[in-house]
Amino acid sequence: MKSGIRRSLLLGALLSPAAGCLRAQGPVRATATFRIGLTPVFLDDQAAFLAVWRDYLEQRLRTSVVFVRRGNYRQILELLNEGALDFAWVCGYPYVRHRPQLKLLAVPLYKGKPLYQSYLVVPRLDAATRSILDLRGKVFAYSDPDSNSGYLYPQYSLRQLKETPSSFFGRTFFTWSHRAVVEAVAVGLAHGGAVDGYVWDTLSQMHPHLTADTRVVQRSPEFGFPPFVARSSIDARSFAAVQEVLVRMAAEPEGRGLLKRLNLDGFVPGQPSLFDGVAAMLPAVAPG
Amino acid sequence: MLANLSLSVKTPLRIAALVIMTAVLVTAVLVAREREELRRDLVSHSGNVARVLTKTLIEPMAHDDAWRAFEIINTPFRPNPDLEDKQVAEIVLVLDTGRRIYVSTNPRSYPMLGDPVRIDPDFAVVQRASADLATSEPSALVSPASSRMYMVAPILSDGVRLGTLVMGYSPSVFNRRFQRLIQQAAEVTLLVIAVLVPGGWYFGRRIAKPLIELSGAMEKVGPQVPAHLDYVPPRGRDEIGRLGTEFERMVQELRRKEALERRMIASDRLAAIGRLTAGIAHEINNPLGGMLNAISTYRRHGPDDPMAAKTLSLIERGLLQIKETVGALLVEAKVESHPLTRQDVEDTHLLVLPDAEAKDARFEWSNELDGPLSLPSTLTRQILINLLLNAVQAARPGGFVSCTTGLRDGCLQIRVANDGAPIPADKLQYLFEPFSVLSGDGHGLGLWVTYQIVHQLGGRIDVRSDNNETVFSVLLPLNEEKCHDPAEAVPG
Repeated sequence: MKSGIRRSLLLGALLSPAAGCLRAQGPVRATATFRIGLTPVFLDDQAAFLAVWRDYLEQRLRTSVVFVRRGNYRQILELLNEGALDFAWVCGYPYVRHRPQLKLLAVPLYKGKPLYQSYLVVPRLDAATRSILDLRGKVFAYSDPDSNSGYLYPQYSLRQLKETPSSFFGRTFFTWSHRAVVEAVAVGLAHGGAVDGYVWDTLSQMHPHLTADTRVVQRSPEFGFPPFVARSSIDARSFAAVQEVLVRMAAEPEGRGLLKRLNLDGFVPGQPSLFDGVAAMLPAVAPG
Repeated sequence: MLANLSLSVKTPLRIAALVIMTAVLVTAVLVAREREELRRDLVSHSGNVARVLTKTLIEPMAHDDAWRAFEIINTPFRPNPDLEDKQVAEIVLVLDTGRRIYVSTNPRSYPMLGDPVRIDPDFAVVQRASADLATSEPSALVSPASSRMYMVAPILSDGVRLGTLVMGYSPSVFNRRFQRLIQQAAEVTLLVIAVLVPGGWYFGRRIAKPLIELSGAMEKVGPQVPAHLDYVPPRGRDEIGRLGTEFERMVQELRRKEALERRMIASDRLAAIGRLTAGIAHEINNPLGGMLNAISTYRRHGPDDPMAAKTLSLIERGLLQIKETVGALLVEAKVESHPLTRQDVEDTHLLVLPDAEAKDARFEWSNELDGPLSLPSTLTRQILINLLLNAVQAARPGGFVSCTTGLRDGCLQIRVANDGAPIPADKLQYLFEPFSVLSGDGHGLGLWVTYQIVHQLGGRIDVRSDNNETVFSVLLPLNEEKCHDPAEAVPG
């Protein structure tokens, strides 16, 4: 954890003279707008917070920033591939699937590490369930078919348990957001659900009533935290500028305030190998 | 009980009762109407919700997006303090084509894939109705078992049935609203009553007041009309006004009549005194003439004349006659005598019998007394003898005289009758006066004396006369109590 922060600070220090230069020269892109796609990998329903964050980024980048939100991961990835978006905060699963088309921009630090877990949650009233195997024939809620924690990992773990994910549950459905998985499990619509551990933890801090009716049964091994990615065609200056602004957030009081609201510790440039664990699970959902 | 209540209470009470009845009736009608309105409101509201929901549910159902479907059916029914007790469905189910639960607002009780009929048999009604649904319109139905209302609507996409929306409304929602309605209505009614009843009471008292005043004034008019009635008839010519005026007129009539009666009594009394004086004067004057002649003869002849003794005895007879007359007028009740016995009464029979025989009249005698009675024998005998002698005298030759004595209700009853010529009605009222015009041979004081004695003994005497018989009835109380009207005891 300490090494991560140190590294990010180091990177920030290295990049700062260049940033100073850029600032002196004017905006990174005077005419264009940075379009950043957001997915429900975090609590993306905070419009007021996003406005503040956007202002923060615009101030640092000296150009306008637009956050683009869509109902699911796939739409964001399509926009990214089409070049309609410059950057996006996506899950590790689509990142490893589309690695050739994407450049890893930054990885959030959660509890000091660029890592997170997938949680298996059940309704609080269900005291019997000990593992995913207890949910055979039950109703199960996934968050998004392009989510690592909310889809890939439970599929993978069932495979590991020699189960066929498509027929193991009585019924499954997608809620298209981690928060909704928590809600679906809390009201009893689903008997179990797979949820981003970071989202669950954050919800339990900010909206404890939502998580109060759920119980975490199992926690997955740690995976690379859903990263910020850039389309591969992005120019190096923009890439570096945005990466620097993100990484420097933890060094500034204002940035720290924003990070606190995201329940994150900062951003690091990150290594693609961080997501090898996710990539290793891909065969679990490979067709055939 | 109510009949005896004063109008001052009864009229306001009736008005108050009328106000309350009206208020309650109007409220009941309004509540009944409102209840129907409420029901219609609920049906139309839930129908609209169903229409919106079925439209919105098409896409998630087509895409098999259970979470969206769940969110959609939950949106109108999110816990919201403003929505509480309003038309919130108790349960909303979306059924798939296999009639299993696709999603529900209460997944714990109605989980996905569940069979609603197995969870609550009440839904059998809904399943039957949903199978019969022909149109895309929502249809309302009420379960006879639970009296829950259901709104059932098919979810149709291009004519293909994707599922069914079922909204169940607990009767308690309706009942709670209805209860609140009744409570509000009751409050308003009570308020109306609280405002109107005192007003009604006041007006009731105002209406009753003139009648109460009238009846109070009428009560004061007893056998005599009081000099001051303190009654002012109400103004106006309505019934009460006319009643008051009529009453005043009646009081004036009564006063006039009373005055007239007083004048008549006074003149009657004067006439009676005149007749009495004339009778006494006549009775005294008759012997006076003879006596004065005798005195003049005595003066002429001197005391030695044999005529003198004769003259003196003439004067003596005249004076005795006057004494007798005056003695008869001075009826003395306080005569020492023993209590009346049966024999005293029988004695009078013996005394009068010869007179009756002389007239060849039948004498019917009935004496029911046995023990001594607390009545003075001398006076009672005098009454009997007077009446019997009169009767014998009045009886036709060969006619009849009857006498009945007996006890009745603590009174001695004497009934003396004869078949003599009837006493004219205009003479009857002067019958008991002294020197009565009817008296034959006697001095006309017999009945007057009888009347005086009866009154002094606290009794009463009455006479009735027609073509068949003339009857004198006497009632003499044995104790202090008064005797009843003897007329009742005298048949026909």
